[in-house]
Amino acid sequence: MTLLAVNGLRKHFPLKKGLLGRGGGTVHAVDDISFDLTEGETLGVVGESGCGKSTTARLLVRLIEPDEGQIKLEGRAVGTAMPLAEARSKMQMVFQDSFASLNPRLTVEDSIAFGPVVHGLPRPRARERARGLLARVGLEPARFANRYPHELSGGQRQRVNIARALALQPRIVILDEAVSALDKSIEAQVLNLLLDLKAEFKLTYIFISHDLNVVRYMSDRVMVMYLGKIAEIGPSESVFAGTHHPYTRALFAAMPSMDPDRRTQQPPLIGDPPNPINPPPGCRFKGRCAHAEDICGRGDIALTTAGAAHRVACLIAQPGSGHSSAPARAA
Amino acid sequence: MTEAFISIDELNVRFSRAGQTIHAVNGVSFALAPGEVLGVLGESGSGKSVTLRAMLRILPSHRSTVTGAIRIADRNVLALRGAELEDYRGGTVSMIFQEPMLAFDPVFTIGQQIAESVRRHLRVDDRAARARALEMLERVQIPSAKRRLDAYPHEMSGGMRQRAMIALALACKPKLLLADEPTTALDATVQIQILLLLRELQRESGMSVIFVTHDVGVAIEVADRLAVMYAGRIVETGSVREVIRSASHPYTQGLLSSTVRGELRGQRIEAIPGSPPDLAALPPGCAFAPRCKHAGDACLREAPVAVEIGGGHAARCILLKT
Amino acid sequence: MSAVAADIQTAPAAPAQGYWRAVTSRLLRDKLTVACALVILGLILMAVFAPWIAPDDPLKSSIFKRLQPIGAPGFPLGSDELGRDMLSRLIFGARLSLVMGIVPVLCALGIGGLLGITAGFMGGRTNTAIMRTIDVFYAFPSVLLAVAISGALGAGVLNAILSLTIVFIPPIARVAESVTTQVRSLDYVEAARASGAGSFAIIRVHILGNVMGPVFVYATSLLSVCMILAAGLSFLGLGTKPPLPEWGLMLNTLRTAIFQNPWVAALPGLMIFLVSFCFNLMSDGVRAAMDVTR
Repeated sequence: MTLLAVNGLRKHFPLKKGLLGRGGGTVHAVDDISFDLTEGETLGVVGESGCGKSTTARLLVRLIEPDEGQIKLEGRAVGTAMPLAEARSKMQMVFQDSFASLNPRLTVEDSIAFGPVVHGLPRPRARERARGLLARVGLEPARFANRYPHELSGGQRQRVNIARALALQPRIVILDEAVSALDKSIEAQVLNLLLDLKAEFKLTYIFISHDLNVVRYMSDRVMVMYLGKIAEIGPSESVFAGTHHPYTRALFAAMPSMDPDRRTQQPPLIGDPPNPINPPPGCRFKGRCAHAEDICGRGDIALTTAGAAHRVACLIAQPGSGHSSAPARAA
Repeated sequence: MTEAFISIDELNVRFSRAGQTIHAVNGVSFALAPGEVLGVLGESGSGKSVTLRAMLRILPSHRSTVTGAIRIADRNVLALRGAELEDYRGGTVSMIFQEPMLAFDPVFTIGQQIAESVRRHLRVDDRAARARALEMLERVQIPSAKRRLDAYPHEMSGGMRQRAMIALALACKPKLLLADEPTTALDATVQIQILLLLRELQRESGMSVIFVTHDVGVAIEVADRLAVMYAGRIVETGSVREVIRSASHPYTQGLLSSTVRGELRGQRIEAIPGSPPDLAALPPGCAFAPRCKHAGDACLREAPVAVEIGGGHAARCILLKT
Repeated sequence: MSAVAADIQTAPAAPAQGYWRAVTSRLLRDKLTVACALVILGLILMAVFAPWIAPDDPLKSSIFKRLQPIGAPGFPLGSDELGRDMLSRLIFGARLSLVMGIVPVLCALGIGGLLGITAGFMGGRTNTAIMRTIDVFYAFPSVLLAVAISGALGAGVLNAILSLTIVFIPPIARVAESVTTQVRSLDYVEAARASGAGSFAIIRVHILGNVMGPVFVYATSLLSVCMILAAGLSFLGLGTKPPLPEWGLMLNTLRTAIFQNPWVAALPGLMIFLVSFCFNLMSDGVRAAMDVTR
């Protein structure tokens, strides 16, 4: 069952320049993002800086207002058919910086109980729920409920953040680089915890990360973003097995080798990921793509089907697109 | 050359903070030949960054106590003072950091900062210094290097700033480069470029490199030899091949098995339970024992000594003695 | 639960300490701040119990006993230009001087804090409207502004307090706005918004506690400035009216006596200096105590 349907999401940020703040360009942070989220799955979102994955997450929980586009939760449009307060209790987010995510003046228990209290739960019951969640995430309530964030380690704080996200009993949890700042051994613990919680509470995850290994491990489906647009989206195995978008291939090649006898010899891409300011027409990856041709610069590149539920925004995968490597159009 | 180019012997670093003593580095010893790249692998609190800073003598002197011996190119580093120390830093040994924005002064251009270092160490005039700065920017493959000489740090992207920092560090031809997690904050496609650049520069110049990281893959890409640190001690050391293929210390094994790999999808990751110890209250025996699944009583009593496994591969674990 | 239980991490050994309790305990360990606080407390008690402590009537004048030196019989600290006992006048003067130094800052803390937090939290046009209006007042040098407003309202203690409050609202509002803007963009405030909390709940629970600290510290550093401004206003005849004892006014009226009896003429200034000094050191101490969270 489709839990979340995102359609044509767009967000541009104007750049201020000059005395009066006019001129300058526009940052095309998110452009025409559409995807569905099925109940019970984990959708991985992967991409580098400037790709718009964090902006997309914030648009979903309405921390930022989209310029265009529609989000339908449980079939109802958020903001109109479904009031914002209800949508917020159904979709929660865990942020990357475990320390900045917690109010330094509140105890851990108070931080977790804040959401339920705001939604009308009486304080004693909210506290009880907070303590129960602390136990679920592996922090003994008797010892941790009255601690302050600065007394906990990074991994412990992130567990608190997860408990806080679960306090409103959401259906969808968005994990925005939630394990990126943790030590590798702690990261493994927290990932195990996330999988356990997903099964127990029947959650649906959107897992945002720049680490391909973690995304592949956690996700059922993967969405690769580049400069505000979707480059590739499809089932995990399909995307990781036969990647069709040159950018996705470059991302894989960029992962450090785990084999001392087979180290990487050539970097797959040169230069830094560009800023999505006033992007030129056509494919946004054209400037760095080894297979780019003139036709890639004309018009929007639509997502084409390249396998079961696997779609790629590349002319090479589009039959009859005019690209020299594209297959001929099927008769 | 029989004597090692770099030798660290029983290095100890203690910090004092609010009445407590933090044992950041405990009896670290290793040796490095010229032209060798040593990868130091560890998590936060392992003492890896503190070791580097001790080698460059940039730890806060009023709060920290450094004992032991550090010898680099036949000089006793801990005894250096004044002008000798200034010559050493940047001239003999140089360092690159994780956050390049913090390593550069925001009010001076990149070119000015590199030239300043060159003038100080190579004792040349302004024009020669600027020429050397340009040469270095081109060596690190910064596009339009001539224009970038006059750019300010905030005008460059993350990857370019990191390259500029490498240019700054190598401008005075140091014999040893210390790298403190220089690629942790970078995107994957930029990280691999920087790692390959460092490998190439190291091959060209023949300098030694000590590269600190928490990422196993990164260590494999740059290092010839690996030292795994935990709670201020080196728990395993050896060639990269040996340590990765035949990890002998339980911590190294745990680290490798808990490194998330996409192929493990559907299986539970074998995570190391618990969390790193409090460096202000280290247990008497093996620091890893509380989290180790093979730990026995003897492990909690005495700190293990390094056991030779063969051909330069050694690990500190009682279980290896048998 | 069992699989998760296997990963349980150890809790820190030390018992939890609330933020404010930690601040208080750090403050109490700072000897300098405690000493200054005791001095101020002593002066406040002296002001409260003035009628019982002062040896003489501060208003009783005597033409014959004008400008007696320090230590003269019946005048332990000398007498002023109208023959009134300096010690009694200094003790009674503490009342008005302390009130005129502390009350305006407290009022400005309340009003300025409210304005600043609102501007910082709302952002956008509301912020611009509030802050630019405040900037207009901020553009005037504080002495000039105080004199202008006092001059318009007329002399008198209440008017002086009012004008000083107006003078101190802009700087406090600015600090409050700047801190609120910083705090507002932190992840935990975003998380609170994402959990559906309304603006009031967010301000009450998340913003206030984290903003009032720095604002309070800043306000305590203004206490000494306020004392001096109040003394200045009285000096100019815009604050307390004679013959009421108030340190600033006393400095004014003793001005002409400075060549005849310099020590006595300087005494009120000494008191102002002492109080300002203590307030400043206390403010530094509070700032240092609140600085370390870890």
